[in-house]
This record gives sequence, C-alpha cells and structure tokens, in this order.
Amino acid sequence: MTDTVLRLGYVPLLDAAPLFVAEALGFAEEEGLQLRLIAAPSWARLRDMLALGQIEAAQMLAPVPVAMALGLGGIAARFDALSVLNMNGDVIGASNPLAERMRAAGYGFDFADAALAGHALLAAAGERLRIGVPFPFSMHAELVHYWFEGLGRPLPAGLEIHTVPPPRMAEALAAGDIDAFCVGEPHGSVAVEKGVGTLLLPGLAIWSFAPEKVLATRTGWAEAEPEIAGRLLRAVWRAGRWLGQAENRMMASELLAAPGRLALPELIERALTGRIVISGQGEERHVPGFVEFFAGAATFPWRSQAAWIGRRLAARYGLDPVASVSRAEAVFRSDLYRLHLRGAGANLPRMSGKPEGAMAAPGSVAAERGALILCRDQFFDAQIFDPEVLAR
Amino acid sequence: MFKRLSIVVVEKDRERAAMIVDGLRSAGDHDVHVIADDIGLARRIAERNPDLVLIDAGNPSRDVLEELTLATAPMDRPVAMFVDQSDGNLTKAAIEAGVSAYIVGGLRPERIMPILDAAIARFHMVQKMRVELAETRRALEERKLIDRAKGILMRARGITEDEAYGLMRKAAMDQGRKVADVAQALITATDLLK
Repeated sequence: MTDTVLRLGYVPLLDAAPLFVAEALGFAEEEGLQLRLIAAPSWARLRDMLALGQIEAAQMLAPVPVAMALGLGGIAARFDALSVLNMNGDVIGASNPLAERMRAAGYGFDFADAALAGHALLAAAGERLRIGVPFPFSMHAELVHYWFEGLGRPLPAGLEIHTVPPPRMAEALAAGDIDAFCVGEPHGSVAVEKGVGTLLLPGLAIWSFAPEKVLATRTGWAEAEPEIAGRLLRAVWRAGRWLGQAENRMMASELLAAPGRLALPELIERALTGRIVISGQGEERHVPGFVEFFAGAATFPWRSQAAWIGRRLAARYGLDPVASVSRAEAVFRSDLYRLHLRGAGANLPRMSGKPEGAMAAPGSVAAERGALILCRDQFFDAQIFDPEVLAR
Repeated sequence: MFKRLSIVVVEKDRERAAMIVDGLRSAGDHDVHVIADDIGLARRIAERNPDLVLIDAGNPSRDVLEELTLATAPMDRPVAMFVDQSDGNLTKAAIEAGVSAYIVGGLRPERIMPILDAAIARFHMVQKMRVELAETRRALEERKLIDRAKGILMRARGITEDEAYGLMRKAAMDQGRKVADVAQALITATDLLK
C-alpha cells in the first residue's frame, strides 16, 4: 500500500480526540495513510478550508453539513458527513451571580434533570438571559433551543442566543456579555476553574444520543476517492474503538496532553472519566458516558439524526419541513459508512434511521450480524421524533 | 456620486489596524471604523450597521460574524461572505492574504472591488510582517541553542569555537539535519548526563 498524505482539519477540542489517536497510535499508518492534522482557529475557518480544498476532511459540528444542504450560512458549498465522531460532550453553565440566585431559590445542582435546571434558570434570570454557543449551526445551539421550547413556559423577552468562540466563553461570562453558555469540554471546566461559572447540566441531559461532531468531506469527494475515503474511515473508526475502552482513558488523556494537541490538557480527564467539577467549591458530579466515541454504534451516521437537525433548522429559519428533512438525510452518509466499515469488523444496524428519542434504556436493534446494543436515546421531555411519521 | 461606504475592520493589534485603515482610505473616501475588542463584537457591529466587515481569516472571533449571514440576525440584511463570490482570482488572493470579508447585501461588485483589492494588499503586507517576525524570533532561538552547544563542545573537548561549530556542521551534514537540531540534541543529551 502506498503512503497517501491526507490533510485533516480540526478545532482543538476534546472531540478531536479520534483524529489525534488515529494519527498517534498508528491506526492511520496501518491503512497506509499519512495524516497531516491542521488546527483551525474557528469553525468558519475550518469550513472554508474544507470548502476551498485546502484540506480533504475535517472534524465538523454535526449541524453544519445539514445547514449547508438547506442553503443556510454564508457559503455555497456542500459537505457529506461520513461518520459521527462522538456523541455528547457538551456542558451548560451559568455565571456565578446567576447560579447563586438559583441556589438561593433552593435549586440543588443535581447536574442531571434538565427540566428542573431549566425552570430554576429561567426563574432566576428574570427578564434577560443571554446564552453563548460556539456557532449558529451547532448541537449546542440545537440543545439550548430544544431545552427552552420543551420547558412549556413563557420565555423571557430578553432571551438571546449568541455565538461566542469557545476559548472566549469564560471571558465573555466574566465580562457580563453573556449570562450562561452551552459549550464543548474542556471550555465549560475552564469557566469553573477561572471562578466565573457554575455548571448546570451535561448536554446528554437534554438529548442522551446527540451526534456532536462528524467527519466531513466535500460532497462527491468520497465517491471520487473511494480507496482513500475507506482508509480514513477505518482509521478513525478504530481510533474511536480504542477511545471507547475504559482502560485506555489514562493513556488517552496523556496522549491528548502532548504539545501541539489540546490547549487545556489538564482539564481533559474530567470529561473522559465523566467526573465533572461543577463549581468553584469543588462539587463533583459523576456522569457515565459523558462523551461517547464508540459504544452503542455512537459513530454510525443515522439518517434520522440528520433529519432531526434538518427539521429543527427548518422550523427556526422558516423553511419547508418535508423538503428540508429529505435534504438533511442525504447528508449523513450511512451508505458509505456501511460500505467502508463492514469489512473492518463493524457490526452495522439493519436500518439507517430510527425514531429518535424512543429508547429509555440501552436496548438492542436488528443488525447485519445478530443484534446491536444502542445507548439510551431519550429527550428530556420524552418526545419522540420519527421521520417516517413526518413524511407521511 | 456614490454614498460613502461604511466599513468595519475587526483587528486587535493597533499597528496592524492602522495599516489596514490607511490602505482602505487610499481606495476611496470611506467611513472606516476599527473594532479591537472581541467582547460584544456582534452587538458593536450591529450598532454600526456597516456595508462591509473585514476580519483576519485566522481570528477566532470570525464565528461571531457567521451570525450576520443569517437573515434573523441583528443586522436584518442578507450578508454574503467574500469567499462565496464568484471571482476566482480575487478569492484566491484573499485566502492567501488571510482576509475574510462579510459583505452586506445590495452592494454592487464594482463598488466592492477596489476596497477588497486594497484590503488584500494590506492584509498581505501584515501577513508578511508577521511571518518575518516569527522567522527572526526563530533565528534568534537557534542562535542561542548553537552558542550553548558550542560552549559544551569547547569545554568537553578543549577545542576552539570555530572547531566546535565545524564539528556540529559536519554532524548536521552527515545526518541530513539542521545545525540547530544537532545543537538541540547535544544540549538534551548533556542535560541527561548531568
């Protein structure tokens, strides 16, 4: 096999981990692939680099390729999501003054019940609540919108959801530019460490099976370069499998801490072990599966996940729901995932879509080889999203 | 006569901002405003309601500007991003210069082009200065390493400075490495043996 150089872009966050592991532990090399990992300072920059052909593939916010397929955002290009990189991994936090008001009103900071946290937050916030998210098209933005809509109470007139780059989140909170945030780790922990914020919820408390980042390429690239696309998918899938094994966590946090990888290595371990310090007083909460790289077919790009994102965006931006869902579904390439990973030993679900939010506990679904255990898939308000029903 | 265009430049570094503003003024009598602070960036831009926003493509705060590309955002006019424009050469030049421009709807291309040309030229200059500065710094660091390694060799083998440098240069040539890398290896090894 010849060594092919592949340029792979990322934003230095916890969920770039599979890319670092694929490179550092030789999973890419085994596939005859030489990964050149290129850090980007912002999601817009990473998207442009991929759109303009400066890189072949990128870690990407799961809603970005969907938004592009719907014609939203400032650039006319199309991306495919070849694989999900991880499920979950976000946290929601509030400024310390706001958290203090919540505490004074009797809120217990259980870091689990999204309805409880939402009502406590809105009651304490009063008329104005400004929330920072990393990007207009991000699972963070989707989770926050879904959360507030699902609380079933009038929202404050001054509710604003704004983009704040993750490395600036703690700073923006300290400056009073935002009152709360939803951000990927380790940037929530940064706010806690800097003494400016208190964490309220892990993202999975709102949706327990949320596709967070995907492996994206330009639409058409994977078909034009099937050989390289297959090698890339297999290398990243094996990296995810390695990351998913509990005994590798210590080594994983050391590996991510190496120079030139993640900016804040000392905080990475919290997310990997699910032991999250939520406040300046050192209160710790344990969240099993805080971020998932493998278990429960975590990286399978379910068409129904894309459909959910497409449906949510369509409602918010006033687009046709049925057309948006079918455009969105075409972006999550479960067909290519099957094609390239079947031979690598991945057990694949029979169906490429499922009702989202319909699994209150881990359960099995029919797979190409026997059955496959999926993780709990539930929304905090127990709603079920079924694209099949929507299409009828 | 055209109305004056309102241009916002997002740039923290004062000197760089001044250079860019100069360049833009030379392209016409425009109202150029610099925003240096990241905090409240979206709000400040919305208050200004500019026709054009220019930002370093490598600035993390670019994501904040993405909000402006959405119709529901504070500035209720469509915004196109410069890399989205059809002029291939101009796009390529902008990428190389590291500038991203957000253009508010309704501006005619012939009005934007001279400004973008000026912006690209200035961002290019700024970029070049940045690269030169980084190279100067690196050269200085390497100089220091080589001096330290020379000192080690001179003490250990009782040779002159020129001989020490000659030894390192030969080792570097034999191994196909840079002299600074050989110096670094020597320093690391010496530290370990202490």
